[in-house]
Amino acid sequence: MNREQQIGFFKFFTNELKPKGKIITPFNVISLITILVAIVILVIRFSKGLGSVVHPSQDRPWGLWINFNVITGVAFAGGAYVVTFMVYILGLEKYRPIVRATVLYALLAYMFYAGALLLDLGRPWKVINPIIGNSFGLSSVLFLVAWHFILYMGSLFIEFFPTVAEWATLKRQRRFFSSLTLGVVIFGIALSTLHQSGLGALFLMAKPKIHPLWYSEFIPILFFISSIAAGLSLVIVLESIGQRVFKTNMSVSYKSSHSRILISLARICSISLFVYFFMALLVFLHGKNLEHLNTPWGYWYLVEIIGFVLLPCIIFLSAYRRQNLQMIRIAAVLTIIGIILNRLNISTIAYQWYADSLEFPTWMEVVVSIAVIMVQLLVFRWIVRRMPVYKESPSWINDKKQDKSFSIKNKSLTLNNRREKWKVSAE
Amino acid sequence: MGVDRRNFLKTLGVVGSTLTMAKSFGASASDVKSDVEFDGILFDSTLCIGCQNCEIVCADHYGLPQQEDFPEPGKKREPNATSRIAMNCYETSKGEMYMRDACNHCNEPACASACLTKAMLKTDEGPVIWREEKCMGCRSCMISCPFDVPKFDYDSPNPIIQKCRMCFELLQEGQKPVCVENCPAEALLFGKRRDLIEIANARIYADPENYNHAIYGEHEVGGTGIIYLASVPFEELGLRNDLGTVPYPEYNKTFLYSVPAVLILWPAFLLGLYNAAKERLTKKQIEEES
Ligand code: SF4
Ligand code: SF4
Repeated sequence: MNREQQIGFFKFFTNELKPKGKIITPFNVISLITILVAIVILVIRFSKGLGSVVHPSQDRPWGLWINFNVITGVAFAGGAYVVTFMVYILGLEKYRPIVRATVLYALLAYMFYAGALLLDLGRPWKVINPIIGNSFGLSSVLFLVAWHFILYMGSLFIEFFPTVAEWATLKRQRRFFSSLTLGVVIFGIALSTLHQSGLGALFLMAKPKIHPLWYSEFIPILFFISSIAAGLSLVIVLESIGQRVFKTNMSVSYKSSHSRILISLARICSISLFVYFFMALLVFLHGKNLEHLNTPWGYWYLVEIIGFVLLPCIIFLSAYRRQNLQMIRIAAVLTIIGIILNRLNISTIAYQWYADSLEFPTWMEVVVSIAVIMVQLLVFRWIVRRMPVYKESPSWINDKKQDKSFSIKNKSLTLNNRREKWKVSAE
Repeated sequence: MGVDRRNFLKTLGVVGSTLTMAKSFGASASDVKSDVEFDGILFDSTLCIGCQNCEIVCADHYGLPQQEDFPEPGKKREPNATSRIAMNCYETSKGEMYMRDACNHCNEPACASACLTKAMLKTDEGPVIWREEKCMGCRSCMISCPFDVPKFDYDSPNPIIQKCRMCFELLQEGQKPVCVENCPAEALLFGKRRDLIEIANARIYADPENYNHAIYGEHEVGGTGIIYLASVPFEELGLRNDLGTVPYPEYNKTFLYSVPAVLILWPAFLLGLYNAAKERLTKKQIEEES
């Protein structure tokens, strides 16, 4: 870049920094207040210790920030690996419109939820230890999960970068990063498989502390399978909200593809929920847990597994048959509640279930938890209002080289391009 | 049938087949066995008089505040962020008995295998120690320890994990742990774990009327460095009998071993899928065009 360009870019960037859209809206006001309060709480937390803001429990050492933001939140970021799998690996082009929004959501989820992990670490300044390699705890599941978070964030960033490049008109960089897409998608799917299940594996050694209805050696597999339904349900809700909020930022073709995509997603959700239900049933029988069923814990378990797994599974199916968007959204919300229940049951509610005292998070914990989500949504909105996430890509991307796609037409096109180049250089 | 179902589940989870190849990668710190015999402590609850001397000298030695309360039946005292050992009193079928609550220095500790920085370390000599300079305060050691031993200091901006370290530094100088050294009733005995088990067995053998014929910690969670004798079943003294004899890091192994397998096989499989899909689509396109 020469100097002029640099100045141009700088102007463009500062201009883009200004808010677009109305500033004073209920959402903005509420989120701003939450975030400000959270900042104050965090200042207290870092100067006085964790106990000054969170419920200090020796029995349940992980509070809301880890169990809700990290462990539950990351399950909902699972949409990215499922959607990129369908589009880039299986070549199901009909899902392409939602790739960018899904990847962006996941990227931000990982950034802010891994951030939440830092808030909860007692000694966050030591976080570098397992990364630079002076103390690799290779036998630790958390070590694995932490590394996968970092690597996967990188993959997601590369997957999303072409969008940034289109916004900032970085043609060369865009081409380079686009060419990496397939590789990082494959890498990212492998990483996701492992850390989605790894989040469950964190609890494998807590065997004596988790109620037998929720503990099994198959927690990792259950976590992985449920992350598919969790991720896609979140995509459904996100898309539905996006349709309203980002109307002006959406291309026509995007809008028209909306209902078709939701209906296909409903079918996949239904199938994956069914597989999840079936697995949970096998695990239940395998664990010989029948005796626990007729206890309060058993009823609670049934609420989760029937009310928030089987029920949404059926609703998804019939919604798919009837092509009913409203039902799909209801089922997605039910699934989301179900996943939150499941993760919190394992990590908090049915953890130390025999303890006689119930422990609740403090209001300050809750505020920070919500603030983390708010920040994520605000950044999401900031990016969507500017970059071609829902919008049409700028036309220059077709100038030289097409986006990676399966069409042989494109292939011959690029081949021709190259030939022309050769000709030119030969001359 | 049970086995079948289990296998079925495992296969579904892409785990299974490549376990052997993966062994080398997943090998954990706890797999490294040295020739040195583990040190240990034998706690004979039939001798303990509940004087709390061990608590007092431990707090003294490590500069921790003294505990104000004392063991009473019906009250559960626990080590906390500022104490490493707690004595409890239980009303048992043979009268009031005392039991010790502190780190058990497992042979294959869950805490160390959960720790991502190796701050929790099983030393070759046996004690499991916490190292301040490594720890990042994630508390997964607390999640994993079957005895809920490690305690986190919530009240400090520079928090530590509080846990018994069997006076590792003293052992290095050839001394004994302070609690053992100062027990007036000689309820505590320090030595090589293997010898202690023999001594414990000999005590049971010599006085079969008095002792419950078992050593807690000989097999529990794969064996612990602190082993216990009692005259009543151990449950009556607040020790859990449902922890099993499998070393806790084992519960992670299937998962950890499958990691390299997934990282190698999964991308290969995905690439195959990609090529298949591409071929199919290309064919379709050619057909459409012609
Ligand atoms: S008792 Fe708990 S803290 Fe002590 S070595 Fe065993 S697992 Fe670690
Ligand atoms: S809190 Fe410290 S010692 Fe415990 S697992 Fe985390 S890093 Fe290791």
